Amino acid sequence: MFGLDLERLLDVEDEYRRLEDYQGSMPRWCSGCGDNAILTAVQRLLRDEGIPPEKAVFVSGIGCSSRFPHYMNAYGFHGVHGRALPIAQGIKIRRPDLHVFVNMGDGDCFSIGSAHWIHAIHYNINMLAIVHDNRIYGLTKKQVSPTSPKGLKTNTTPYGSYIEGLNPLTVTLGVTNVSFVAQAVEWIPDLLYAVIRQAFHHRGFSFVRVLQRCPTYLPDIFDPFINDPQNILILTHESGLQLDESLAKIYRNRVEHDPSDIHRAREIASDESKAVVGILYRNERVDVYDEIRRPKRVTTLEMRKAVLERELDKFAVNPVGGDNHNEKEA
Amino acid sequence: MAGSTPTQQEAQPVVKEKKIIELPEHIVEIVSDSGEGAQKAGQTFGAISAKMGNGIWTVEIIPAEIQPPPRTITGASGIRIRLGSFYVTNVGDDADLIVAFNEQVLLGRVDTGNLKPGAIILLENMWRTHKDPAIREAYVKTYDRLVSEGYKVIEVPMEQECLKYTVSPRRGKNMFVLGMLCNLYERDWELARREVHNLWIKKGEKVAELNLKLFQAGYQWAEEHLDFKFHIPSAGISEPQVVMNGNVALALGIIASGMEVCAMYPITPATSASHYLSEIFEHVGGIVHQAEDEIAAVGFAVGASYAGKCAVTITSGPGMSLKTEIIGLASMIEVPLVVVNVQRGGPSTGLPTKVEQGDLLAALFSTHGDAPKVVIACATIEDCFYSVITARKIAETFRLPVIVLSDANLATGQQPFPRPKFSRDWVAPPIDQRPVPDGTRPYDWDPRTGLSRRIIPGQPNGMYSLTGLAHDREGKVAYEPWINQEGARCRSMKLAAFQKTLKPPKVFGDPEGDLLIVGWGSTKGAIEEAVLRVREKGYKVSALNIKFLQPMASGIKDILQRFKKVVCIEINYSDDPGEELIDENNRRYSNLAWLLRARFLIDVDSWSRVYGRPYKPGEIEQVILEKLKEIK
Repeated sequence: MFGLDLERLLDVEDEYRRLEDYQGSMPRWCSGCGDNAILTAVQRLLRDEGIPPEKAVFVSGIGCSSRFPHYMNAYGFHGVHGRALPIAQGIKIRRPDLHVFVNMGDGDCFSIGSAHWIHAIHYNINMLAIVHDNRIYGLTKKQVSPTSPKGLKTNTTPYGSYIEGLNPLTVTLGVTNVSFVAQAVEWIPDLLYAVIRQAFHHRGFSFVRVLQRCPTYLPDIFDPFINDPQNILILTHESGLQLDESLAKIYRNRVEHDPSDIHRAREIASDESKAVVGILYRNERVDVYDEIRRPKRVTTLEMRKAVLERELDKFAVNPVGGDNHNEKEA
Repeated sequence: MAGSTPTQQEAQPVVKEKKIIELPEHIVEIVSDSGEGAQKAGQTFGAISAKMGNGIWTVEIIPAEIQPPPRTITGASGIRIRLGSFYVTNVGDDADLIVAFNEQVLLGRVDTGNLKPGAIILLENMWRTHKDPAIREAYVKTYDRLVSEGYKVIEVPMEQECLKYTVSPRRGKNMFVLGMLCNLYERDWELARREVHNLWIKKGEKVAELNLKLFQAGYQWAEEHLDFKFHIPSAGISEPQVVMNGNVALALGIIASGMEVCAMYPITPATSASHYLSEIFEHVGGIVHQAEDEIAAVGFAVGASYAGKCAVTITSGPGMSLKTEIIGLASMIEVPLVVVNVQRGGPSTGLPTKVEQGDLLAALFSTHGDAPKVVIACATIEDCFYSVITARKIAETFRLPVIVLSDANLATGQQPFPRPKFSRDWVAPPIDQRPVPDGTRPYDWDPRTGLSRRIIPGQPNGMYSLTGLAHDREGKVAYEPWINQEGARCRSMKLAAFQKTLKPPKVFGDPEGDLLIVGWGSTKGAIEEAVLRVREKGYKVSALNIKFLQPMASGIKDILQRFKKVVCIEINYSDDPGEELIDENNRRYSNLAWLLRARFLIDVDSWSRVYGRPYKPGEIEQVILEKLKEIK
């Protein structure tokens, strides 16, 4: 064990063990905004996992929740509306060393970015995507969202919205190559943390939808779930969530669900009368795009030159008397 | 591989004597229904000719649909090959010889004025005896008409001859035609056989063997039945060259530049660059990522580049429109990005397979707000290769998007150029992952140049959150008005700093005179050939091709001022001054003319057409002669 200084080693271990190490600017969300709980859960996760802040990248789109990267002490990419996923994929594709997180709102992911949402599930690139779903547009001041319930009065639907809200869980579970789907609610922080942590440890694309209150534009939307814990359906499993005694006393509506059972997952997701919390689906055996497409070896300058020369040979025109390499081969 | 030349074989020659016609150049076309392989035959003929030392330029004749109805005038699919005993820079004027697989696609070329009077036509004659009387009638009618119009029509029993070797002659005729042409133009027998073999060997020895037989049959048929041959002396090559099309050159440029990521979405005419790149990119650790849409493709590229792996996205007009928001993002957050736009006719779906240079102003200005970017244009096939290398360097040095404009003419056109000699300077250095020194800011703009050092994720002590919102030197959202002004100014200063490195372009012809023709991109060859022709007639005309369109080099204004009149010729729409409703208050100029007028306050005129094809030097010559009359 030459050269190993035990004290230094402990230093490294302890270096990133404080929540403050992961805190960026002071959040400017409204007081009571559910985004704060998600932020805390993620900061806790990074601390508990001991992730160096420089190895974490938070990518977001546009919207209230997309301010998220500014509030982390990590690398952050606050890009354009709806396009966080392709940007995150580009970051991950040649940087397996980076932990990539994506934070999107319901408008960002399920509306303007919906094509990318479907294809991110399909590509299945290693990253953790969290959708902060408050079922309303907040930053642009109260417009209907794809997940708004039917009849919701907003500034663009003053007489009530016209169609039933989209169910993101069933859509996600319907995509080929789906790898990890979970849901949490921000007002049960321990379970939110537990779900996000499981998502983080998943190999592949982890999709977590978090039901999140907007105190300004839709404060009461989740009241039925908050006021009566019986309306929360907890999915438990030895490979999923396990409740401690105190939570188990409050949340009695629980069901054993094996996350490898996609048919049951779809069934559970289809019933929106309860707010589901837990791991709906997990499958690490599906194709993982970034792993499949990882280079087999490091390319040196010499290798690059050799490939270029070989290709140029195919198109070579040599002075009379010369010969072409490919013609020799033929 | 060695085979006896067909002349040594037993067949009875029909023709006893051959007239050998020596020429400085010839323009050959092959036209067929889609899927009959005329382009493959032509590309191979071009490559053989280039390898024999001829100057060549090929251009594909492409219908918009993959499978247009057979035997239709609009369905003509094919290729033009101009070969000369000099360095050929463009498609030339009208064709001297055309091979047609049916008389309808032939009419598609005749009626659009692409043939010289009295041109030689080698025409498939199976239609004369076709079982459908309507087809027989149409064939005979066209044949008679073309003969009466003075064309030298030679009927060729292509189908009949090919049937001797294959049951599906429709797919083998192209090699028969290649054989005929190789005989007519005295192509090197061994070289041609090697090319045919190499073309087909991927599909197996049997296929290669069959195609060689068909090639030989065509060669032999021409030897026996045609009483003429053309001799176009070699231009002579003193150094190694390569011959390829512009999209292949782009792909090789990507390899040579050290890029690792190409994100794209299929779009004509850009996609073939990605096809070729997909075959070879992984050999250098690269990835061609076919994204779910154009926006995702550019987003993916920006993400990869932000993470330190320089990335390119290749597209065409409609894709450019879709990518615009994220190109603006790249400009705002100062992430290097190379965007290649292989232009086609627009707006909207426009002319998907055909050439236009309509995206210049869009490349400069389409982003909302002020989003400085560098715009460069490829003028030749060789330029396609080097432009990508240059673009990556500029993008990374100046932390901004660089747009490379190619077009459909370059994409499929073939031209030989000196074989590139690999330089390690082309390649991006490995990314910096050292800790960032204390006090380094993510946008530490130099107040004079706007330049700042890029921090890459993974670097300890460098954590920051970039944002597309207006931001300060810390990367923090700007809440004070002067910060937005400062950010915009610094991003603009980068362009100015880059502009200081540019040298003025060289004038083709004398540096002063009566008329200067200004162009950009792939019209260079045709414009210069036209200018050369009028100069030989004694006119004081010169040409200028501008490669760096944003920013523009100093000295261009001085060049323009040394001529009595300046006219932009480019392939995009502009109003003609002679139109009844058009006057100086409403005339819309061609793209580059707008730009030059705005920048230099010079009364630049323009002439342009959107025919969806490259200009012929002859038509430019006519425009020059007309414009010369306007000089007082």
